[in-house]
Amino acid sequence: MAKELIEGNVAIAEAAIRAGLEAFYGYPITPQTEVLEHLSWRMPQEGRVFLQAESEIASINMVYGAACAGVRVMTSSSSPGISLMQEGFSYIACSEVPAVVINVMRGGPGLGNVQPSQGDYFQAVKMAGHGDFHMIVLAPASVQEAIDLVVLAFDLADKYRTIAMVVADGAIGQMMEPAELPPMRPVRRPEERPPWALTGAKGRKPNIITSLYLGAETLERINLGLQAKLRLIASQEVRWSEYRTDDAELLLVAFGTVGRICQTVVREARAQGMRVGLLRPITLWPFPVNPLAWLAGRVRGILVVEMNAGQMVEDVRLAVEGRCPVYFYGRMGGVIPLPDEILPELKNM
Amino acid sequence: MDADFSIPEGMELVYKRPDSLTPAHTHYCPGCTHGIIHRLIAEVLDELGVRERTIGIAPVGCSVLAYYYFNLDMAEAAHGRAPAMATGLKRVSPDKVVFTYQGDGDLAAIGTSEIIQAANRGELFTTIFVNNAVYGMTGGQMAPTTLPGQRTTSSPTGRDVETMGWPIKMAELIAVLPGAAYVTRQAVLDVPTIRRTRRAIKLAFQTQLAGLGFSMVEIISTCPTNWHMTPEEALNWAKEHMLAYYPLGDTRVSDSVRALM
Repeated sequence: MAKELIEGNVAIAEAAIRAGLEAFYGYPITPQTEVLEHLSWRMPQEGRVFLQAESEIASINMVYGAACAGVRVMTSSSSPGISLMQEGFSYIACSEVPAVVINVMRGGPGLGNVQPSQGDYFQAVKMAGHGDFHMIVLAPASVQEAIDLVVLAFDLADKYRTIAMVVADGAIGQMMEPAELPPMRPVRRPEERPPWALTGAKGRKPNIITSLYLGAETLERINLGLQAKLRLIASQEVRWSEYRTDDAELLLVAFGTVGRICQTVVREARAQGMRVGLLRPITLWPFPVNPLAWLAGRVRGILVVEMNAGQMVEDVRLAVEGRCPVYFYGRMGGVIPLPDEILPELKNM
Repeated sequence: MDADFSIPEGMELVYKRPDSLTPAHTHYCPGCTHGIIHRLIAEVLDELGVRERTIGIAPVGCSVLAYYYFNLDMAEAAHGRAPAMATGLKRVSPDKVVFTYQGDGDLAAIGTSEIIQAANRGELFTTIFVNNAVYGMTGGQMAPTTLPGQRTTSSPTGRDVETMGWPIKMAELIAVLPGAAYVTRQAVLDVPTIRRTRRAIKLAFQTQLAGLGFSMVEIISTCPTNWHMTPEEALNWAKEHMLAYYPLGDTRVSDSVRALM
């Protein structure tokens, strides 16, 4: 298929359809509403389920219900709406059903604004809900990568029976650029629904999907199983990209839109004779600990740049373990850090 | 046990556990009416021949473990969210029979948004709403359905409607929504009310099977443990006080449902 000029949010929605999305439940919120709007006409066109829910709380629980039926299901929201979904994330994680969630992040806290932000890093990576669990968190830096990661999110969610979240920010969601959509994959036929799904106990024992385990030892056993799965994901599914790290003396670490900005910073810094490289985590969870630790032993210092008060920088410091100094530069409230601001920070290192 | 059970010559089997129930012993307190309601649902599902394509959603509350007692595919919802879960599930499984089983705290407090919106959309699932005027599982706190003056552990001097609001009449509230096809309030306080409840549950599932709209059966029930009464006292108290506030009968029967009756 040829490249076409496509808006990030529309690309995310259409990529989900191509990945075999069978049902979408969502609620309008800026800056992701185009995902909902696109699916509102495309899903019925494909004979699939679209429903505008009464709230994000209802959305995620509709997702939970459809996930229990063993179909590919998704919801989409932005920061305040994601906060409302956190109860549902926890239930879905413990129940081990697959679901995909899009978070087109906006400025916070509170109602904040509708400008691009990365203020939900902690929420996505560290505290998606109550109890011990992680979501797989994928962070695109372009419209094309958003498309690719949405498709990957469905495959990973199915493979590990877990939630996969794609965290974009308002800039990715709203920008238009040339991108190529994947070919259409068919939706799962009813007889292809997985054996654990709720399809009616015909000729088999009933399937039960629950997150309630009243005995302490029983619940610990469930948790140990979840942790083993998370360790497997952490060992298999780490993704990141590196840019000019081979001879780098200074390393930038940034994700999403800021990762893309920092690519420009690397070019400008090198034009001024500084040997700068970039590591851009693509999976925020699992975090690319090992490649970062390895690079940390080879550079003079690391500068983490984020659109928040300093969230991923904590994971960078954990990975670096003091091998080199780690600095931070961030903007908040929806302000996008520009190369002209980041370059002086590099020079001060 | 069932497999080995043979009927002595000259006798016939007149009563047995419905296929839609498991042999599990329930955790319910002595005198609790959940067991009766479980059995009625199971009998109806057996009678309609839909056990193998029925999916139930259990609530948070005393019936949180209902999935151990129904011999059906089941999921356990977050508190109040069963109608949203049932919506998501039914929309991708239109050939299945889906029901939620919810208590008064679950449906009439934390889950009011989900039940009203699902009913208003005319979702094609059935809700069994058990109203015993108290939060049972957490130990007898005031519910949205607790009667005026009724003492609970969180309204120790009795529910004061001036500060705590009035008990919510859900069957009347849901009945005004265009998407609701069949809404009724029944009880399980004696044999006649139990028999009428069974008929209502059957009509509710028939409403769903015919695709006529949302259906809900509110069932006036008892909680002897948290009411601090014997089972018999609880039944009598419910008849005297609950039925005075919550009148029994249909609150919404659409024309197409009436044709089924």
